[in-house]
Amino acid sequence: MIEIRNVRKSFGPLEVLKGIDLTVDKGEVVSIIGGSGSGKSTLLTCINGLEPINAGSIRIDGIEVHAKSTNLDKLRRKVGIVFQQWNAFPHLTVIENVMLAPRKVLGLSRREAEEIAVRQLGHVGLADKLKVYPSRLSGGQQQRMAIARALAMSPEYMLFDEVTSALDPMLVGEVLDTLRMLASEGMTMICVTHEMKFAREVSDRVAFFHQGVMAEIAPPAELFDAPKRPETQKFLAATH
Amino acid sequence: MFDTALTLNDLLFLAQGAGMTLAVTAVSVTVGTILGILFGVLRFQFGPIWFAPLTFLLDIFRSVPLLIQLVLGNALQSILKLGWGPFTTSCAVLSLYTAAYCTEIVRGSMESVPMTTRRAARSLGMTWGQDMREIVAPLSLRIALPSWIGLTLGVMKDSALVLWLGLIELLRASQILVTRLQEPLFILLICGAIYFLLSFPIARLGGHLEKRWSPHD
Ligand SMILES: Nc1ncnc2c1ncn2[C@@H]1O[C@H](COP(=O)(O)OP(=O)(O)OP(=O)(O)O)[C@@H](O)[C@H]1O
Ligand SMILES: [Mg+2]
Repeated sequence: MIEIRNVRKSFGPLEVLKGIDLTVDKGEVVSIIGGSGSGKSTLLTCINGLEPINAGSIRIDGIEVHAKSTNLDKLRRKVGIVFQQWNAFPHLTVIENVMLAPRKVLGLSRREAEEIAVRQLGHVGLADKLKVYPSRLSGGQQQRMAIARALAMSPEYMLFDEVTSALDPMLVGEVLDTLRMLASEGMTMICVTHEMKFAREVSDRVAFFHQGVMAEIAPPAELFDAPKRPETQKFLAATH
Repeated sequence: MFDTALTLNDLLFLAQGAGMTLAVTAVSVTVGTILGILFGVLRFQFGPIWFAPLTFLLDIFRSVPLLIQLVLGNALQSILKLGWGPFTTSCAVLSLYTAAYCTEIVRGSMESVPMTTRRAARSLGMTWGQDMREIVAPLSLRIALPSWIGLTLGVMKDSALVLWLGLIELLRASQILVTRLQEPLFILLICGAIYFLLSFPIARLGGHLEKRWSPHD
């Protein structure tokens, strides 16, 4: 379970998160939508401790992410994150990209790591690209590789930050299909997304962020068809 | 052209000079690179402010002509009564000179590794050290290589200046022969050819590694 309590976060004088409260249960899929600069990406990087917070608390399975005593490297093993920009390790082949963390972080043997990598890459439909360097992959393929790389650590939670927004429209579908598959397998996910149709389809709840505040959160049918807050209505009207 | 007074012994003398050039270069580049990596990593990690005094010192080594550094370095070692011979003094000065340039190469190439790539590594649970070893080191090595090869070739040529401290390296050996045999063009041609033969493998090695490391298959 991810418990976010009254989280505040500033970059210098700019307050980006102004008291966020959100609880995500095991197996739940929560999508976050909202305008540019509303703090969606910042929240995800705070959840796995890549960015410190200024106030409040974030607990993952009861462990305080931002406590001094918390071993973040260890905690991050169970929280996978995939970013908007594809950040493949360019000096490693696709399979090596996926094998690296299981080998170095989990201490698996080459054989074991290879087995996991082959399975995960097959899972995202890249079984025929194992020995290729990332520069030879399309954006959609690179993004799927990044997903496989995160999945290879057997995370219990996955955070996705607009994983399709840097992609050609033609390639969006294949990546969303991968996310749908994960959701149907019961993965606990937080997806920041601009794909409203996708959010409606896969999410248990959809949160709308507005200027650093979670203005509204509700099951998709409710949030999309009967939004309560005027900001939400305005945002949805603009994106339709 | 082939009517020359140059004997086999003279050629051997040149070869010894080349050996000295190679020795001075090898020691200086090795020590300079190790120091350069150390300084570069510290500079990268602690940022420009903490590192300012050392940056200033290294800037001096990069801007004062090497000849002056050698002469001053030699004077300094005798004032401090270190009792260094010309070889040790030459290598010490050239090492610091190399380190000054190498520090910049290391820092620049480390900074060119995208933050997003490093974040991806950390988000997979890799520690700072693992990120450094598995991501930053290999990626910056690839970026640094061409400049480092350039630096090494430069130091090899600049090492000729150690003749001012009395070391008989390749250029000095050639000068001695020119003075004795009065065949400047021929001897300098040979001298140049030897410099080329020393440099060529290093340049080729660089090209070879670059090709092997290019992120394409
Ligand atoms: N590292 C940083 N340093 C300073 N300001 C930052 C940093 N990261 C984000 N910001 C600022 O914080 C605000 C929120 O950024 P964030 O990336 O969380 O927005 P977002 O909701 O993800 O927007 P988008 O939909 O454009 O990705 C923005 O105004 C941004 O400029
Ligand atoms: Mg964002």
